[in-house]
Amino acid sequence: MAFLDLSHLEKAFGAMRVVKDFNLGIDKGEFVSFLGPSGCGKTTVLRMVAGFERPDSGAITVDGRDITGLKPNQRSIGMVFQAYALFPNLTVAENVGFGLKVAGVAKAEAGERVAEMLALIGLPDLGARYPFQLSGGQQQRVALARALAPRPQVLLLDEPLSALDAKIRVSLRTEIREIQQRLGITTIFVTHDQEEALSISDRIVVMNGGIAEQTGRPLEIYNRPRTRFVANFVGTLSMLEGVLQDPATGRVSLAEGEVTLGRPIERPAGAAITLALRPEALHLGGGRGDIVLPARVTEVHFLGSVIRIRVETGGTSLSLDTFNRPETPPPPLGSQTEVSIAASDVIVLDDARAEQGAH
Amino acid sequence: MTRLWSWGALLIGVAFFLMPLYGMTEFSLKMRRGEYSFDAYVTVLGDPRFQATFGYSVLMAVLTILCGVLLVVPTAFWVRLKLPGLRPWVEFITLLPLVIPSIVVVFGYIRLYNTSSWLPLTGSVTGTNMLLMFGYTVLALPYMYRAVDTGLRTIDVATLTEAAQSLGAGWVTILARVILPNVLGAVLSGAFLTFAIVIGEFTMAALLDRPAFGPYMQLLGANRAYEPAALAVIAFAITWACMGLIQLVTRFSKHNRVAR
Repeated sequence: MAFLDLSHLEKAFGAMRVVKDFNLGIDKGEFVSFLGPSGCGKTTVLRMVAGFERPDSGAITVDGRDITGLKPNQRSIGMVFQAYALFPNLTVAENVGFGLKVAGVAKAEAGERVAEMLALIGLPDLGARYPFQLSGGQQQRVALARALAPRPQVLLLDEPLSALDAKIRVSLRTEIREIQQRLGITTIFVTHDQEEALSISDRIVVMNGGIAEQTGRPLEIYNRPRTRFVANFVGTLSMLEGVLQDPATGRVSLAEGEVTLGRPIERPAGAAITLALRPEALHLGGGRGDIVLPARVTEVHFLGSVIRIRVETGGTSLSLDTFNRPETPPPPLGSQTEVSIAASDVIVLDDARAEQGAH
Repeated sequence: MTRLWSWGALLIGVAFFLMPLYGMTEFSLKMRRGEYSFDAYVTVLGDPRFQATFGYSVLMAVLTILCGVLLVVPTAFWVRLKLPGLRPWVEFITLLPLVIPSIVVVFGYIRLYNTSSWLPLTGSVTGTNMLLMFGYTVLALPYMYRAVDTGLRTIDVATLTEAAQSLGAGWVTILARVILPNVLGAVLSGAFLTFAIVIGEFTMAALLDRPAFGPYMQLLGANRAYEPAALAVIAFAITWACMGLIQLVTRFSKHNRVAR
């Protein structure tokens, strides 16, 4: 059994079923992100783990102990909120020591622990400040220290970076990951930002409409999305609709012509199939992959280090990224060219789940 | 030109409020024929009944404030956190004391809690004092509730509560260590309003026959000329001191500075 085990969780608000048969096992020390659009149920699952919402059915166990019916203050779970939620009337040190004081930890011991936590978040000298005297990033670090001080079994992070500006967001997420690894604490991180989830997680659960669409390591989620929803939500993707001709060799007929993936596809011949392509899998010009398609350039967006080009091939629009090189300027709009793709870069979407995801 | 008009409006306003006050103060100093003196104040302050009734009312005010805070803070917190749909109803109920005259309230009390009733509160001095305190709490309810509710609006009650819960705190700890300190400014302004109401209240204290400051002022007003004016000036001074205290307290609560 996993350290934190969520089994068959269900939750409805009125007639709205926001979490449907949610199952997940998280190992001790693992960092798992819940990724999904707003309203997908990710925060509700987190709040059920914290004890702020009671599941309609299902069970939550931590280290073999069933905590489903326990009150939030009996669970030994630390939580960091999007809005920091520091107590405005207490200093930084008093905030960090709040959980220890409630637990009745002796003053000297609590003082040591607070100092240790403040050192951990890199703010050892700010103990006497009040929350309003800190920047957003500092406040969120204090909130993290406060959640960690009572040594919880599980750490929950509810979109902790959403209220911060872009630069601090990036540095703080790295810091959160470092602290999490140093302490080896089991962590759930809720976010709607795919880059955040991809960059710091051991595993990602992509959620949509109350269900877990796909659970996997970040590379797996990005490179091998199983459903249309996951493919669309994580990264940019172009899709080609086709019909499977030969399951053994992976030969698919598209509007643009036939392509052979050179690997078996577990679907009957004649089945409708969706192929998906990441922008970085497509290359301008022939000769850089097994599959070459004729294309016309329709849009060119200069993004700095990357140039994103949209081409049209057989009535389908594809996105492709190339690095900016001063000596090879991007092709002019409307010009005829070719795009090449390595067959191994083509993602075959699971269509049964894709239907669900599209709803 | 606009500036001139605004100064004019200000002057008229100031005169409107200050002239009666000036008249009253001037009159209160005229007890000794032909010269200004503090004779009226000396008489009032030296009257043992003044000291007794004022002391009694101050004590009642403090108890009323305690009772009001214990009643209103948890209620307003709970309504905001768990029963937001009930807010209009609770607001309506807390406004009722402004509509129902206190004489009606106190007659209701006397009928309900008289010596031949199931809870004969009026049968003992302590019981009657308690009844008076509850009555004062009701009178102060509109001000106390509104002040506390406004205070709660300035903090994120739900998230702070959840944060405290996840750190292991129970309801009493949350109320005492998180919610109350953060609405202390609001609670204090409600408390000072309560103080002012209790000090001047006449009807309830008179009908329950308690030696409060309100009936003493009325008695003095009916029998003397200069002393009531002196008493009114003293009452004004107390009120202003209360308002000054509110200002002081809010200035000293450091953590609130950013919100201001």
